Amino acid sequence: MSEAKKYNAPVTNPETAPFWEAAKAGKFMIKRCTTCGEAHYFPRAICPFCFSDKTVWEESSGEATVYTYSLMRKSPTGPYAIAYVTLKEGPSLQTNIVDCDLETVKIGQKVKVVWKPTDGAPLPFFTPA
Amino acid sequence: MTIKGKAYIAGIYEHPTRHAPDKSTAQLHAEVAKGAIEDAGLTKDDIDGYFCAGDAPGGLWPMVDYLGLNTKKLRHVDSTETGGCSYLIHLGHAAEAIAAGKCSVALVTLAGKPRTGPMPPRASGAEADFELAYGATTHNAYGMCAMRHMHDYGTTSEQLAWIKVAASHHAQYNPHAMLKEVVTVEDVLNSPMISDPLHRMDCCVVTDGGGAMIVTTPEIAKSLKKPLVRLIGHGEAMKGPRGGKDLDLTYSAGVWSGPRAFEEAGVTPKDIKYASIYDSFTITVLMQLEDLGFCKKGEGGKFVADGNLISGVGKLPFNTDGGGLCSNHPVNRGGMTKILEAVRQLRGEAHPKVQVKNCDLAIAHGTGGLLGVRHAASTCILERA
Repeated sequence: MSEAKKYNAPVTNPETAPFWEAAKAGKFMIKRCTTCGEAHYFPRAICPFCFSDKTVWEESSGEATVYTYSLMRKSPTGPYAIAYVTLKEGPSLQTNIVDCDLETVKIGQKVKVVWKPTDGAPLPFFTPA
Repeated sequence: MTIKGKAYIAGIYEHPTRHAPDKSTAQLHAEVAKGAIEDAGLTKDDIDGYFCAGDAPGGLWPMVDYLGLNTKKLRHVDSTETGGCSYLIHLGHAAEAIAAGKCSVALVTLAGKPRTGPMPPRASGAEADFELAYGATTHNAYGMCAMRHMHDYGTTSEQLAWIKVAASHHAQYNPHAMLKEVVTVEDVLNSPMISDPLHRMDCCVVTDGGGAMIVTTPEIAKSLKKPLVRLIGHGEAMKGPRGGKDLDLTYSAGVWSGPRAFEEAGVTPKDIKYASIYDSFTITVLMQLEDLGFCKKGEGGKFVADGNLISGVGKLPFNTDGGGLCSNHPVNRGGMTKILEAVRQLRGEAHPKVQVKNCDLAIAHGTGGLLGVRHAASTCILERA
C-alpha cells in the first residue's frame, strides 16, 4: 500500500458540515433518529427509515467488523482493499482497509477508524483493531 | 392495467462491430436505429416514440434532432437512466406507453465506444464525500458481492468459472463475438486475479458498438413479416445500502423485479425455455439466477456448475450469443443485447448450434449500476406469439 496516496478533500455541504468539523477533531459521527431510534450512515437530515426530521449527531465508537471486502489488484495507484464494515452502533459503510498487509484482510475481522489527511477535512478509513 | 401482450418487439439490430475508432457515438446510434427499423420493415417516419439512456450523446433533444426523427409525429420520449439495465426498463416503459396509447412505434437505441476512448465518470449523488475516496469500481463492487456470497453460502471460484465456460461454448458459434475460444474452468482459475475473488475471465469484455429495437402495437406487429415476439411481463426495482441498515450484498434488486414480471406474465421460472441474464461478471449471473427463483438462494453455485447453462447440455440455456462475458458488452451496458438474443431465440433465429428447440418463452434480465453499492434491476418475460 502506497502511504503517499493523495485523497481529495470532501466538498461538504450544509447537511454534512458538522460531520467534517467533528472529523477535524478526530471524532467519527453518525446520525441517529430520535423518533424511531435507528442509527444511519452516511448522515442525512431526514431519517431514511421513518422519514422523521428528528435526527441527531452521535459519536461512533469507530469500532467495526469487516462485512465484506475485495482486494483490487489492478489499479494505477496501486492495490487497495475496498470493504464494507459494520459499526458497533449498527450501520454498515463503505471504506478501505488500510495500514496493514492487505492479503490478511478477512470477513469478520475487527477494525477501527483511522483518519487520512486531505487538503480539507480528513477522511475516515479502517485498520485492523 | 397490465402490459401483458400489449407490446411486440418487431425489429432488432445488434451492431456487428466490437471496435469502432472510425465512427462517432451518435453515428453508432443512427446505424443501430437504421438496422432495427429495417429489420422491422418500417421506416424512420413511422417512429412516434423514442427511448435512450445515458450513453446517448446529449440525451433526448440532440439525439432526436441528429437522427432526424419526424418531430410532427414523435409524441412520447423517455430517457430513464439505470445503467446497463436501462433498455430492459425502456422495453417495459415502451409497452406501458403503447398500452396507454401514447405511442405506437417506439425506437430504443444504445451505442458507444468505451474501447476507443475514456468513458465519462459515473455521476455520484449525496454519498459522494462519503464514498468516492474508496475507489469503488465495477470490478471490486462485484468482487465484494462474490466474497460475501462465498462466505455465506460456500460458493466457489470453480462454480463461478462454469458460467464463463458456458458462455464461451456459445460464443464459438457467433462470428461477431469478441472472444470465440472455448475455455475451461482451469483457464478461468488460471487467469490473473483482478479484484478478489474475481479473475480476469470472470469479467465481461469491453466493446464498442450498440444495439436497437422497435417496440410496437399488436396490430402493427402482425402487419409486418417477422415472427411475433411479445412482452408479457415486466418488473423493475432498485437497491442500495439505505443508511447501512441490515446490509446484505448476496442478493440483488432482482428479488423484487423478477416476481413482479413473473406475476404479470402468469408464468414461473420453471416455464422458461431460454434465459438472457446480464453477465457483467460471473457473480452477476449466479446471484440473479437465485434472485429470479431459478434455484434457491445460496444454491446458485451448484445450479450453474457442470454445464447446466450450456444450450443442448444443461437445463437452462443462457446467453446463447456468448453474452457479455465473451461476445459483446457495448458501452459497458448489457441490457440491450440481453433482449436481442432473447428475441432471436423466440424467432428461431439464433445460431442452429445454440437454438433452443420450441423456444416459446424467454426471460431477459439485467442490473445496472454497481451490484455491491447502488443498482437497479429489470426483468422482461417474452413470449413467441
